[in-house]
Amino acid sequence: MERWKISQERAGNAPSDDLPQVLMVDGPHGPVVHAANRAAHLAGVTAGARVVDMRALSPALRVEYADPGGDRAALDRLALWARRWCPWTAVDGQGFILDTTGSDHLWGGEPAMLAEIEARLSGLGLSARLALAPTWGAAWALARFGPVRAICGDTAPLPVAGLRLGEDTALLLHRLGLKTVGDLAAVPRLALARRFARADRGDNPLLRLDQMTGHLPEPLAPPDAPPVFRADARLAEPIFDAAHHLPGLCDALCAQLAASGQGARRLRLTVYRTDGEVARIEVAMAAASRDAAHLGFLFRDRLEKIDPGFGFDLISLEAPVTEVLCLVQANLTGGTDAALEVSHLVDRLAVRFGASALSRPVARASHIPERAEMRAAPLEAAVLQPPLTERPARLLDHPEEIRVLYAVPEGPPAQFVWRRQTHRTVRYAGPERIAPEWWQDQPGTRLRDYFKVEDQAGRRYWLYREGLHDDGRGGDPRWFLHGMFV
Amino acid sequence: MAGSGGDAGAIGFVLSNLAAGPAPVLWIQDRMSRRETGRPYLAGLGVGRSVLMLDLSRPADVLIAAEEGLRCTALSAVVAEIWGDPPALNFTATKRLALRAEAAGVPCWLIRHGGTADLSAARDRWRVGSRPSAPDPDDACAPGDPRWRVELFRSRDKQPGIWVAHHDRAADRVGLSAAVPDGAVEDIAGAGGQRAVR
Repeated sequence: MERWKISQERAGNAPSDDLPQVLMVDGPHGPVVHAANRAAHLAGVTAGARVVDMRALSPALRVEYADPGGDRAALDRLALWARRWCPWTAVDGQGFILDTTGSDHLWGGEPAMLAEIEARLSGLGLSARLALAPTWGAAWALARFGPVRAICGDTAPLPVAGLRLGEDTALLLHRLGLKTVGDLAAVPRLALARRFARADRGDNPLLRLDQMTGHLPEPLAPPDAPPVFRADARLAEPIFDAAHHLPGLCDALCAQLAASGQGARRLRLTVYRTDGEVARIEVAMAAASRDAAHLGFLFRDRLEKIDPGFGFDLISLEAPVTEVLCLVQANLTGGTDAALEVSHLVDRLAVRFGASALSRPVARASHIPERAEMRAAPLEAAVLQPPLTERPARLLDHPEEIRVLYAVPEGPPAQFVWRRQTHRTVRYAGPERIAPEWWQDQPGTRLRDYFKVEDQAGRRYWLYREGLHDDGRGGDPRWFLHGMFV
Repeated sequence: MAGSGGDAGAIGFVLSNLAAGPAPVLWIQDRMSRRETGRPYLAGLGVGRSVLMLDLSRPADVLIAAEEGLRCTALSAVVAEIWGDPPALNFTATKRLALRAEAAGVPCWLIRHGGTADLSAARDRWRVGSRPSAPDPDDACAPGDPRWRVELFRSRDKQPGIWVAHHDRAADRVGLSAAVPDGAVEDIAGAGGQRAVR
């Protein structure tokens, strides 16, 4: 909810706190409430209920779609960010857990550390419920059901839902009259073990109780932070031209990439000016690469575009997007790798002229000539498909209308004017009829009759007549010139 | 040609001279030649040809891109199309292209639509125009295999001359025969014609 609010505020339409607002996700029987703000909670909206029911409860309810995938990614990033307090952090459901053993004294003791964490998180616009306990289970329960900023609190009065059990098991324990953790701990172990012998590990109250009290160890498995490929050049004096430092930076970055078997797909050169301004240049590559000379070449013409101001004293080159790039055996005969050379050429041309200028035409299944070809990415494999009938070598982007001087009822025009020049038809082949594609075209699109026409000078054109005289889709058919044969 | 852009004879002559194979052709066009003479259409270029299209706006960019393409020896050819007589296309630019093409061993074809034959360092300079096609064996009133009037008007190591090129589409082979004195052909050449520069 808070992440959504921050993103809305960034977009410029900050929601009011007084209006009830919920985020929904699609459930099996229609949308259900994923999260609600404070006004909605006061109006009686609960998470997990259906949106239509909650609308009946509070007619002014405003509903937006939630973004669970984005939430998860944000939580992952937040857990890595939380390594500022201790080295072991991991995401745990809707929250994250920090193993602060041995690092609390660095923050001035446990209460001071909790206050610091809460202040930092509220600086990010997030509210948090924190708790500190000797075991993972106890901390989980205290954070959700205990007092605010509990430190090693008493877990006995907490409800059994704090044992990280599934909903069914929690309901069952509730029906058995075991409402708190203390009640459950008072039951003889043998009876509990017999009753829940077939339960999963996650749903076994005895197991969860042991984890909470510390009888069963539950170590933390923190995920590795994604590696950051970055090379910095810190300069003693501000300079105005980064060109001399670029080869060294590229070498350092490529050494890092080679050590972990990665290749860069995207590179970002950041220049920190002495007056505090930051300038960035980004280049993208068609295929992963860790060739220092090639990477340096891509920046060569773009370094001039940096405004140096009063000079800059820190240059950093990083690879935000990388791909696995294995070492491959080079050509034994001493030649060069053709695919690699073409990908380098594509990168150089894309940096110089923009990525949209370069494309590879590939065939597509369609009878309409302008739809039978598609622009694909430059390195896409071409699908070879021989044409069924003869096609021209040149096609005009927009067919040009021609003026017909002498029309023949069943054939091409005997004379026509195109671009203010009169052409006399000497020989022709056709017609080839191409019907409109009813699944794509507007109703009323007319069919085309294509002719290959040779004029008196030997120039060969591809003409078409749009429609027929009596097809009932507009007036007289018009003639167009669509391409040239060699 | 005379600026109408309707004659694709030079395109056909260049296409018939490109080597077949999986190596891609870098095809560069400036905005004017794309608008006036259309773009290469994959279905009409021949089976198994792989093309990298580069659409640029200025003729100077076309020359830069062609030079960049000639650094890459994995291409089978570089084809650049330029409309008219831009100031960027001077003797120095053509000499750079010719030297790069010789160094890399990649053929470079510069197609000039509606240009005049000014100073150039190209090794071979051709002027190509369409001729009435050969008769179709199956249909008397249909155009058959294409024919072009091909003139090699400047060359470093060949004898200049005028030929009629006959493209056998079934075998994808070009035969050159001696030119016949034909008034219609002379008219086309006199109006300007296209020059393919290798």
